[in-house]
Amino acid sequence: MTTLAAATEPLKFRDPEMARSLAATLGRLMEEIGRPVAVMHVCGSHEQAIAKFGLRSLFPKSLNVIMGPGCPVCVTDVPEVDEGVVLAEQGVHIATYGDMLKVPGTVRSLADAQAMGGKIHVVYSPSQAVEIARQNPDVDVVFFATGFETTAVATAAVITDDPPKNFSVLSAHKYIPPVMEIVAEMPESQVEGFLAAGHAATITGSGVFEPFVERHKLPVVVAGFEPLDILAGLVELVSLVRDRVPRVVNMFPRCVSLEGNLVAQQELWRVFRPTGGRWRGIAHVPNGNLRLRDEFAHVDARKRFKIDVTKLWDYAPPQFAQQCICGDIMAGIRNPYDCKLFNKQCVPETPVGACMVSNEGTCKIWHLYGGVPDLSGIEVPA
Amino acid sequence: MATVDFWGVRRQVCLDIVDEPVQAGDYILNHVGFAIRRIPEESIAETLSLYEILMKEAEEDAMAADVRGEIEAGVGS
Repeated sequence: MTTLAAATEPLKFRDPEMARSLAATLGRLMEEIGRPVAVMHVCGSHEQAIAKFGLRSLFPKSLNVIMGPGCPVCVTDVPEVDEGVVLAEQGVHIATYGDMLKVPGTVRSLADAQAMGGKIHVVYSPSQAVEIARQNPDVDVVFFATGFETTAVATAAVITDDPPKNFSVLSAHKYIPPVMEIVAEMPESQVEGFLAAGHAATITGSGVFEPFVERHKLPVVVAGFEPLDILAGLVELVSLVRDRVPRVVNMFPRCVSLEGNLVAQQELWRVFRPTGGRWRGIAHVPNGNLRLRDEFAHVDARKRFKIDVTKLWDYAPPQFAQQCICGDIMAGIRNPYDCKLFNKQCVPETPVGACMVSNEGTCKIWHLYGGVPDLSGIEVPA
Repeated sequence: MATVDFWGVRRQVCLDIVDEPVQAGDYILNHVGFAIRRIPEESIAETLSLYEILMKEAEEDAMAADVRGEIEAGVGS
C-alpha cells in the first residue's frame, strides 16, 4: 500500500486560492457577456460536488448552472419499474442496484413488491447478480439493469461471459448523448452549453460529442467532478459561449481521451443496440435506450418471460405523484425549490418522485446539501 | 479477474473491459466491480488522496456513499 505517500500529496483540485481565482475569472467572463446565461451538466456526481461544496455561492448571479437528466435511476421510466415489479410478483428473483428499490412504478415500487413477498436482491455489481444465479440454480434470476453507458458496459461483460442458464437481464440502460439533443431542442430550454460527465466520457471518449456540437452549435466541455474540475470546466465553457465557438473541449484528460475506452465500447455495442424509448418525465428519446441485440435473446428477460404490465395500469397513480415535477427539474426548466412537495411530503424516506430516491437525483442532493446557499447576512472574508 | 486492495478491503474485480493491459501493482478505476481504466502513474497519488478524503465523510454523505458502494461491488471478501 502506498496510501501514506498519498496522504501528504497536496490537493491541487481543492486549493481554495485557485477556486477563488477561477470564480473571479468566471465573474469577469459573465460581465463581458453582459446577459444571463444558462448551462447544463448531466451528471449526478457534478451536482453532488456543486451542492456539497456550495459552489453556486461562487457562481456569478447571471450564470445559471442546471442539472439535466444526469441521474440514471431518475430517468428509468415507470413502465420499466413495472416490468420489474410484475416479474417479482411472478416469483422471479430480481437483482438490482439499491437505488432502484424505492423508485415508484405506476402503483408499486420494487420495495413494495418485496414487502408483498417478492424476492429482491440488492447488488452493487452485475457480477454479484450472476453469483446469485449460480448459487440458486433452481430459480430464475433477472438482473434489472439500470445506468448509463459506463454501467451498461459492465452488464455487457457479464452477458458475454457465459452466465448460467437461469440468469437473464431486464435492460433499462440509457445512453446519454441522444438526450442532450432532446434537451437542446426543447423550446423552453435556454441552455447555451453543456458540461459533460467525465465518467461516462471515460468510456465513450470526448469525441462522441462532436456530432452534437456540429448539429446544435453548442459547446461541450468534459469535466471531472472535483470542485476545481467543475470551476475550470465552467470557465472554459463560458469562454466558448462568450466567443460563440461551438467546440468540444476535454478538461478532464487525466480520465478521458478523445477516443475513450475502445475495449469497453466494443463490448457495449456487441451486446446492446440503441433504440428509442421514454425517459421518465423527459420525453421519448430516439436512440436513448439500450436493449439487447437479438443474438443475446436467450439472456433477454423480455424475450424469456411474458411480462404483462398493463394490469397495473387499472389503478390511478397516487395523488402526490401527479404533483411531482421531476420531469421539469431534469429538463432544467424548474428546480426543486419550485416543487410544493419538496422536503414536505417528498423526502428520501418516503420519496414521491424518482429524483428524491437516488443519491444522484437533484432533489435528494438538494435535500442533503441544499441547492443554492443563502449567504445573506454572513460576512465573507475577502 | 484480479484481486484489488481497496484500503485494506480485498475484492475480486473483473478486467474484461479495462482500457489497457494491467499488471500486479497497478492502480485501476473501478466501476460496479469492473476496472474501466488503468490509472496513469502521474495521477495515482492525487486520485488516492481524493478518495481518502471522501471516505472520511459521514455515512449519509452522497459522494462517500458512492465510493463505499463501489468498494462493495467487488465479488468476495
